Amino acid sequence: MAIFLTENSKVIVQGITGSEGTKHTARMLKSGTNVVGGVNPRKAGTKVEIEGQSLPVFATVAEAIAETGADVSVIFVPPKFAKDAVLEAIDAEIGLAVVITEGIPVHDSAYFWAHAVATGHKTRIIGPNCPGLISPGKSNAGIIPADITGPGKIGLVSKSGTLTYQMMYELRDIGFSSAVGIGGDPIIGTTHIDALAAFEADPETELIVMIGEIGGDAEERAAAYIKENVTKPVVGYVAGFTAPEGKTMGHAGAIVSGSAGTAQAKKEALEAAGVKVGKTPSETAALARELFTARG
Amino acid sequence: MDLYEYQAKDLFAAHGVPVLPGDVASTPEEAHAIAQRLGQTVVIKAQVKTGGRGKAGGVKLADDADGAKEKAEAILGLDIKGHITRKVLVTVASDIAEEYYFSFLLDRANRTFLAMASAEGGMEIEQLAVERPDALAKVPVDAIKGVDLDTARDIATQAKIPAEVLEQAAEVIVKLWETFVSEDATLVEVNPLVRDPQDKVIALDGKVTLDENASFRQPGHAELVDKEAEDPLEAAAKAKDLNYVKLDGQVGIIGNGAGLVMSTLDVVAYAGEKHKGVKPANFLDIGGGASAEVMANGLHIILNDPDVKSVFVNVFGGITACDAVANGIVAALQILGDEATKPLVVRLDGNNVDEGRRILAEANHPLVTVVDTMDNAADKAAELAAAGV
Repeated sequence: MAIFLTENSKVIVQGITGSEGTKHTARMLKSGTNVVGGVNPRKAGTKVEIEGQSLPVFATVAEAIAETGADVSVIFVPPKFAKDAVLEAIDAEIGLAVVITEGIPVHDSAYFWAHAVATGHKTRIIGPNCPGLISPGKSNAGIIPADITGPGKIGLVSKSGTLTYQMMYELRDIGFSSAVGIGGDPIIGTTHIDALAAFEADPETELIVMIGEIGGDAEERAAAYIKENVTKPVVGYVAGFTAPEGKTMGHAGAIVSGSAGTAQAKKEALEAAGVKVGKTPSETAALARELFTARG
Repeated sequence: MDLYEYQAKDLFAAHGVPVLPGDVASTPEEAHAIAQRLGQTVVIKAQVKTGGRGKAGGVKLADDADGAKEKAEAILGLDIKGHITRKVLVTVASDIAEEYYFSFLLDRANRTFLAMASAEGGMEIEQLAVERPDALAKVPVDAIKGVDLDTARDIATQAKIPAEVLEQAAEVIVKLWETFVSEDATLVEVNPLVRDPQDKVIALDGKVTLDENASFRQPGHAELVDKEAEDPLEAAAKAKDLNYVKLDGQVGIIGNGAGLVMSTLDVVAYAGEKHKGVKPANFLDIGGGASAEVMANGLHIILNDPDVKSVFVNVFGGITACDAVANGIVAALQILGDEATKPLVVRLDGNNVDEGRRILAEANHPLVTVVDTMDNAADKAAELAAAGV
């Protein structure tokens, strides 16, 4: 088991013929992901050669699903066209759409989320502005480097890409069931809570690491959720204690507004829910290792 | 990007939201001319991107043009919570019967938009939300359906806007929604939205935040940037497409990925507690491709910050390979030559780390110290900065 992405996942890439799409399709294939094709209406009917494989390019996501049985789409299309790409994935009712694209206007994200809600949530959306997710040794949908670590019993959910990599590296001797980068935008499809719920239900996951950052109150809500629903040990980390009020720190969603969205408030909420919170990524990893070793 | 009140009102006017006539002035003479043209009692309002202007003496009434000039003279240059007043809005003074509150904003938790409205406006909304939560209507807005007149009436009713002006208020709400959507705003706030003695509903103030991700389809928004008020280092970084935020510490920071850089700032601040309290001097995310050019541009910005005493380069090679980053650092130091005078602490991990460290060891630059872990590197950078203060 793993969450959201398994060895049975069949992956297509929207924007496979673009430079980012091609580059990361090669990396996904190299790490053993079952990539079955791509989508680009202007190049439909052709094939692309990537990593020694000849992948079919389809006109639409629906056609790709019909021909290949794909159930995951990784979206690399530029911000301008991302809304339509996600809407297309939702309308084709693909199981999982991973939106890597950074820089999508928030009105567009709100729109495709509303469409997902209106059509009954047939597609799980991860992102936008995220590194995707990896179930090491099984499948890799996105841009997370597959060679940092292998399969194991830790589940990781994070708003940040590089902190995901850092944490996987720190705990590379233990390994991960799945690592999910949920993205740093103000509106994202899959939240900390969604990943926590999935890790709680996943028999392979024995400990959860949750990485948050300033902005919004997703971490506070996750803390309340953990208190009520999560029995597995959770270790947390929050970035942005030194961020000034009113400044966007790289991620569009990473902003302290007045007294709302501070790292301190998030840390306190997590600790009140019984989550051990590290001061640095390394200390967080040490806490996770300690709890993992001590588990029954 | 947050807008000034006068810019927000310009957008309101362009979308048919009723505002009072007025114009913006940078000098007392300009204020005089505007007041003369308006020919009645005016309000002079400091244009700063913060609240509490009234209490700080940044809002004054003037009966005539001479008075407007005098009041503008007093307000221009005023420091309001660290914001220096460079412009004033000179606008017609309104008779106010009632004050309401209205905003559209992003509801991150519910991944949609929210209308907040109240018949009890004028005071700080945070205060109203705490003291009189029942008086503040919060109405979710569907991003696809939007706000038509029926929805607007519903919002106004929930906000307990009086029946006599409900229809007027609803029309204003629809126009504010049009502003919110067509300008790609993440916040449109009017506090107060007033009812005048003739039962007209007018936006007396305005606060708008625009989504910078939408700039590809909002060409006009570039003109709304206040270049004068920008930090010069932030402006220089922006010109080089670097994601940089100036802070007030002594340890310059370069890293890859927003989360890792935020974390680096925190780790440096903790380490600084043991080293004379030094703090991070900036946020700088060089993103995925750490080429020599990007590294040189980043170092150039940071080394031009006179407060910086040491620099911490913290890179986790995910997609980026550490050898490329190491080559970038070596080449950047060559490009910068004599300009590079401050000690550099480098921590590399991840993809091709051994080769990266080997390259730095071989270059053996006198300013560069390579440290294995993020925590230890932060400590070293803080120590070096403390030695320089």
